Amino acid sequence: MIATGNHAVAYGVKAARAEIIAAYPITPQTQIIEKLSEFIEKGEMRAKFLRVESEHSAMAACIGASACGARAFTATSSQGLLYMSEMVFWAGLGSFPVVMAVVTRTLAPPWSIWNEHTDMLSQRDAGWILIMCESVQEAYDAAIQAFRIAEDRRVRQPVMFGLDAFSLSHTSERLDLIGQEEVEAFLPAPEGDWKVIDVQDPTTYGNMAGPERMMEIRHSIMERLRGSASVIEETASEFSRISGREQAGLVEEYRTSGAEVILVVAGAASGDAKDAADALRDEGVRAGVARLRVIRPFPAERIRAAVQGCRAVAVVDRDYSFGSGGIIGREVASATGIKPFSYIAGIGGCDLSVTDFAGIARDAISRAESGEEGREIWWGIKGSQGPSP
Amino acid sequence: MGDQGITGTFTLRDLTDEEYLLPGNAACPGCAAVLAMRIGLKVLGPRTVLVVPACCMSVVQGYYPKTPSRVPIFNTAFAASAATASGIRAALEMKGIRDVNVVCWAGDGGTADIGIQSLSGAAERGDDLIYVCYDNEAYMNTGTQRSGSTPEGARTTTTITGKAEGKKDVPGIMMAHRIPYVATACASYPLDFANKLRRAISMKGTRYIQLLSPCPPGWRYPAEKTIEVGKLAVETGAWILYEWTGRECRLTGPSSGLVERSKRRPLEEYLRIQGRFSNADPSKIEDMKRRIDEEWERILALCKG
Repeated sequence: MIATGNHAVAYGVKAARAEIIAAYPITPQTQIIEKLSEFIEKGEMRAKFLRVESEHSAMAACIGASACGARAFTATSSQGLLYMSEMVFWAGLGSFPVVMAVVTRTLAPPWSIWNEHTDMLSQRDAGWILIMCESVQEAYDAAIQAFRIAEDRRVRQPVMFGLDAFSLSHTSERLDLIGQEEVEAFLPAPEGDWKVIDVQDPTTYGNMAGPERMMEIRHSIMERLRGSASVIEETASEFSRISGREQAGLVEEYRTSGAEVILVVAGAASGDAKDAADALRDEGVRAGVARLRVIRPFPAERIRAAVQGCRAVAVVDRDYSFGSGGIIGREVASATGIKPFSYIAGIGGCDLSVTDFAGIARDAISRAESGEEGREIWWGIKGSQGPSP
Repeated sequence: MGDQGITGTFTLRDLTDEEYLLPGNAACPGCAAVLAMRIGLKVLGPRTVLVVPACCMSVVQGYYPKTPSRVPIFNTAFAASAATASGIRAALEMKGIRDVNVVCWAGDGGTADIGIQSLSGAAERGDDLIYVCYDNEAYMNTGTQRSGSTPEGARTTTTITGKAEGKKDVPGIMMAHRIPYVATACASYPLDFANKLRRAISMKGTRYIQLLSPCPPGWRYPAEKTIEVGKLAVETGAWILYEWTGRECRLTGPSSGLVERSKRRPLEEYLRIQGRFSNADPSKIEDMKRRIDEEWERILALCKG
């Protein structure tokens, strides 16, 4: 079939048999929840849809449902995600296996509905697993895998997966659905044994804990997030088997072998980066791409291995941490010990094309060749603030 | 104690000896809110889930891994109690569990101020939950800061000369949502509260009870006076006991005998027994009396239909 990224998410969540969906509309996420609402109202999906009055309440309702052992889903974007943030942390620190789709969008002011990743990455310390999708197909695949990863006994942490505003959410591409039997074998009905609300076995959940316990509580989340890396890989490889489509796992390496320059990217523009690598290879420039499918847990070893031995590492961030730098650029620097060329590009929905990625790769090589240290470059900014592509 | 306002009278003898809120909790001495919770849980019974946002009750539970509660308590964020309860109810329904009371137990700040949006959302959707706001008329857990539910003239740590504005009428706001049941209660009248809770349990949809809960440290009176202070709130007419079922509104308990202003004890008796109104001068007290009269007129108009 042909579907938008938003509809792909809805098909994935339907296949995953989410039981509770609580959501609040925000552009460009709306089609996800409209489609799910339609599935439920037409009787094609057995779930309860809570049309809540805010994103904060959406996540609160998902947490309440998850605390009863139910499979819960929500979707949001941008301002909605930030409004929800208190409960995003509640889900992460409470180890509730909720799943959320985030259609990544620029934060205001000024108002903008266009693509940027800062909204999703702002939640990176909340105890959630963060997946970034490259294609419409991956959005569907991620929706199904996310529930299995979240509910895995070794993980039991929430998962959010991001799809770029418009370039994925509203772009129609080919989408192959998996047979429902295969999905159900891959992702059985929720066991719900993570539930903390049970009148037969009453417990008090979340009352005060003193300092003498908090280190241990946080440490167990740290261990689960770290341990989730192998579960994500394992889940991806099993999903590859049932779908017949190669799944990326943590990091997808594209033509990195023998590369002199590697573009480190995430999200929908990764395909353009790969096209740029192809074009550069045709011209004799040995370029490759390391695509981060997963940002939490940060796949430090995989990135270290991917960029080893290359002359120039060019991280392209469609996000920014003021006072620090490109968020992924900082992560890559800390993971690899290399100071990468950290490109800030595509901010606020600026186009990020094959030409840009080719330009970035060439720019990084020439800087490396001239002995320049890794530094931050705002790519394509108008005026005298930086180099133009 | 007077007429409880419920036919089929639920008496002290009907209250189970079973305790669901155990001794050894971390409430302040003389805490009316925790007393009411003890009574409330006797009425609600063991098939109850409590949802508690940030409030005194989050402290009263004491330190993990201990708890004084024999029913599940789910602690949630300040603004999120009703939405969390909506999620719990939806999940229980999906799992075919229908005989459980889902009950929010929230303070007045978490109800009248930061939590009113999620409460309004749940009420508008008609989500099947009971919401008890134990109203101690300020942010007591954080040390007595002014809330929307603080009455005019009351000193708090953020209104040291007394609150200039009146108390937010949350029961009125809830009535405007056309939910099936809205009632006020007071911790000093446990049977009146128990009967209202019982009535709420017998219904479906969003049900709201606002329970006045005198607070010794916040209101500045000796702990042993808690019941007396609550009684004076009702007997002076400062707090009106009523219940509203969408079709009709009726006064309950002692309030039903206080329609005539002359039957009410002087407001000053209520104000003087506690320290928080010590700044109220005679003209302020006149303002407060006027506000109380207006509130009586509003409720009596509702009672007349």
